[in-house]
Amino acid sequence: MNQPQSSLSSARDDLRTEPGLIRVVVIAIALIFLTVFVVLPLVVVFAQAFSKGVGTYFSALSDPEALSAIRLTLFVAAISVSLNLVFGLVAAWAIAKFDFRGKTFLISLIDLPFSVSPVISGLVFVLLFGAQGYWGPWLQSHNVHVLFAVPGIALATVFVTFPFVARALIPLMQEQGTQEEEAAISLGASGLQTFFRVTLPNIKWGVLYGVLLCNARAMGEFGAVSVVSGHIRGETNTMPLLVEILYNEYQFVSSFAIASLLAMLALITLVAKTILERHLDEGQLSRDD
Amino acid sequence: MGLTLTWLSVIILIPLAGLFLKTFELSLDQFWGILLSRRTLHALRISFGLAFAAASVNLVMGMIIVWALVRYRFPGRRLFDAIVDVPFALPTAVAGIALTSLFAQKGWLGAPLAELGIKVAFTPVGIFVAMIFIGIPFVVRTVQPVLIDLDVEIEEAAASLGANRWHTVSKVILPSLIPALLTGFALAFARAVGEYGSVIFIAGNLPNVSEIAPLLIVIRLSEFRYADATAIAVVMLVASFLIIFAVNRLQRWAQTRISAQ
Amino acid sequence: MTIEVKNIVKKFGTFAALDGVDLKVASGELVALLGPSGSGKTTLLRIIAGLDWPDAGEVSFDGENALAHGASERHVGFVFQHYALFRHMTVFENVAFGLRVQPRAVRKDEAGIRARVKELLDLVQLDWLSNRYPSELSGGQRQRIALARALAIEPRILLLDEPFGALDAKVRKELRQWLRSLHHEINVTSIFVTHDQEEALEVANRVVVMDKGRIVQIGTPGEVYDNPATAFVHGFIGESIMLPAEVRDGCVRLGGKTLNIAADGAPSGASKLFVRRHDMQVGPAGSGTLEGAVRHVRTFGPIQRAEVALSEGETFIEIDVPRDREIRTGDIVGLQPRRYRIFAAQD
Repeated sequence: MNQPQSSLSSARDDLRTEPGLIRVVVIAIALIFLTVFVVLPLVVVFAQAFSKGVGTYFSALSDPEALSAIRLTLFVAAISVSLNLVFGLVAAWAIAKFDFRGKTFLISLIDLPFSVSPVISGLVFVLLFGAQGYWGPWLQSHNVHVLFAVPGIALATVFVTFPFVARALIPLMQEQGTQEEEAAISLGASGLQTFFRVTLPNIKWGVLYGVLLCNARAMGEFGAVSVVSGHIRGETNTMPLLVEILYNEYQFVSSFAIASLLAMLALITLVAKTILERHLDEGQLSRDD
Repeated sequence: MGLTLTWLSVIILIPLAGLFLKTFELSLDQFWGILLSRRTLHALRISFGLAFAAASVNLVMGMIIVWALVRYRFPGRRLFDAIVDVPFALPTAVAGIALTSLFAQKGWLGAPLAELGIKVAFTPVGIFVAMIFIGIPFVVRTVQPVLIDLDVEIEEAAASLGANRWHTVSKVILPSLIPALLTGFALAFARAVGEYGSVIFIAGNLPNVSEIAPLLIVIRLSEFRYADATAIAVVMLVASFLIIFAVNRLQRWAQTRISAQ
Repeated sequence: MTIEVKNIVKKFGTFAALDGVDLKVASGELVALLGPSGSGKTTLLRIIAGLDWPDAGEVSFDGENALAHGASERHVGFVFQHYALFRHMTVFENVAFGLRVQPRAVRKDEAGIRARVKELLDLVQLDWLSNRYPSELSGGQRQRIALARALAIEPRILLLDEPFGALDAKVRKELRQWLRSLHHEINVTSIFVTHDQEEALEVANRVVVMDKGRIVQIGTPGEVYDNPATAFVHGFIGESIMLPAEVRDGCVRLGGKTLNIAADGAPSGASKLFVRRHDMQVGPAGSGTLEGAVRHVRTFGPIQRAEVALSEGETFIEIDVPRDREIRTGDIVGLQPRRYRIFAAQD
């Protein structure tokens, strides 16, 4: 009674896919490329770090220079994240909830550190704070050291990581609109109350996401910091800078040991990012009710 | 992103560049003198030329990768999808030393390549490789949402009209991805031009041979030749954004063809 | 080109989208597949097109097994509800697409393609839009271009999936008539899917009514309207009054009262009495077998619709009264069904 299945299946190629051989080739090319260019470099970091054994690995990490670099990196990251959290919140809030002249200008300005080479960002700071720079003489006369000292590193890092929180929050807040805030105000809440009770809870996942990316970039920043730091050992070296110095001195294991910490940070950041993205998507879905 | 870059170039960076120049009160002659020096020109050629080539490779490979990730099912697909972001998340210095170690004469990949007579580390080829690495996420992540949202009925329409799979892909699907591809290319290119940390370890950094423009800026700064450093920076900014501006116009022209309303 | 579909079954998991469907379409016919969503009509259309595959059954075109070929080989023209025009191509290139992808042996040369495209654009009266892009066209224009594109390859069958569903009411009406006259001109065997019964009755030669994966009735528009085979068809096509009744000893009873209408061989037991709104004759109190009080009268366009509370069974019904007959809120009226059908309640 029924049609034999074979004649159905012979013409049965899903019309939206390619023949099997092509699929295999495309997948193979993609995977080989990603393995060579992404997986192998990651593996090499850890292989080299542990190439002289676990003991050497940990002694490299507990070296005073290494510890000082780790401390500096954490410090600078903490400053960058805190400052940019505030800046980002304010900027995103202004852009999403208000209309004002120069709004596009401000949005473009926020993207500025993203689009220029980190070296050029560092250059801007040298031009402003360096000995021949704009404020250079004034700083020198007041014996304030910005460049080649921790403040310079912190400033450069804040500048370079500025966009992350803002860029995570702006689309989120724009998509949420102003209606809830307007409702709160019509019910008698003050501006601050509205902000803390209505706005902030709605954007918490976006804030976490922005903070996560900001932190990752702050800890890993190299180009801009390299320009302003002066590379003074034990004092103005962040972890990435120390990686460079050790590598150039052929202290490969130590260099890769510190690099491995940064690599782990990157991987943790990626995992956390994926989880947060799911929360952000869900948030948007439930919003459409 | 594209629109923002265009805005940036017109409104901010060119005046900023002008400000830099005024700060140092370089005469036009002096400016050209710095620029046209052999070393500067070479560094600019290396940076822009190799960035363009690397972005082109990422255009092609990115298309292949995003097709495999979106259209096909295979074991480990999610894992590979996640690692596409690694070049974006990994600190540049770490990437730099990892790639150098990998492609050095005695490295895991460098050794077999050396057998074939190909030297990667400490040559312009190394720069090219590093620039490919850091550009990987840009084309993939820009094209991915567009490919995912692609209207199934378009493919069914093409098939019902008699198109075989190759026709459908080349005449119907790929053209609709062009705006996203161009955006991804522009982003990868901009990133590669300015990249420092990933590149300087593997580069060799020999003046006039394998020296990238950002490195030359750093060197000039360490020599306290601020004016020179600024001049090069200005040129990099203006040139990058002219190119990106052109790509964005191209992309917007393509967009008007593609968008539904 | 005749189409024959035999015993098609299609399941999605445990849900049977098509549950044994048989259909024959004669050459040159314009057939409507009509039904509510979930009835399987679009699934059937896509199976005929080759965009989906049945789990069992046969499909043949002019006696030849169509299931041996995929969509790109069946030479079937398909028009989508949302047009599916290629947005990066001009109108001209869209219509030419099917001609350009033909194998070299069969393909026309450039001049031939241009002539054919022009012929089709003239047919749909949109030659002047040849160089525009789909984003510049209105919905109605896009659908006509989609039709021209499907016709370019000289298909032996034309399939349309809710072709006017995405358009607004006025454009829909215009395009319906236009489709009818187009079909008259080109005479390709055509099947279109719709959930709009007015559209099906107005356009098609024959209507195929579907429900829950099965064909419930096939007939001309007049047949399915005047002689619905089941309660479902009666309720789905045209507007009806439905009263829960009971057939006992050859009599029709409603709310305890025996009605003065013939049971006409309807089976005993719980039943549904269907009357078209305009088939209920209205007279003064006592003149009909049903009686009720007029609660509300609405007039819109040519229709005067009265909401009547029946004294039997305590239900409200809406009847259509001719404009020249006066009827006012509060009137007590007698109602007599002139034409009616009785179906078993579980039909």
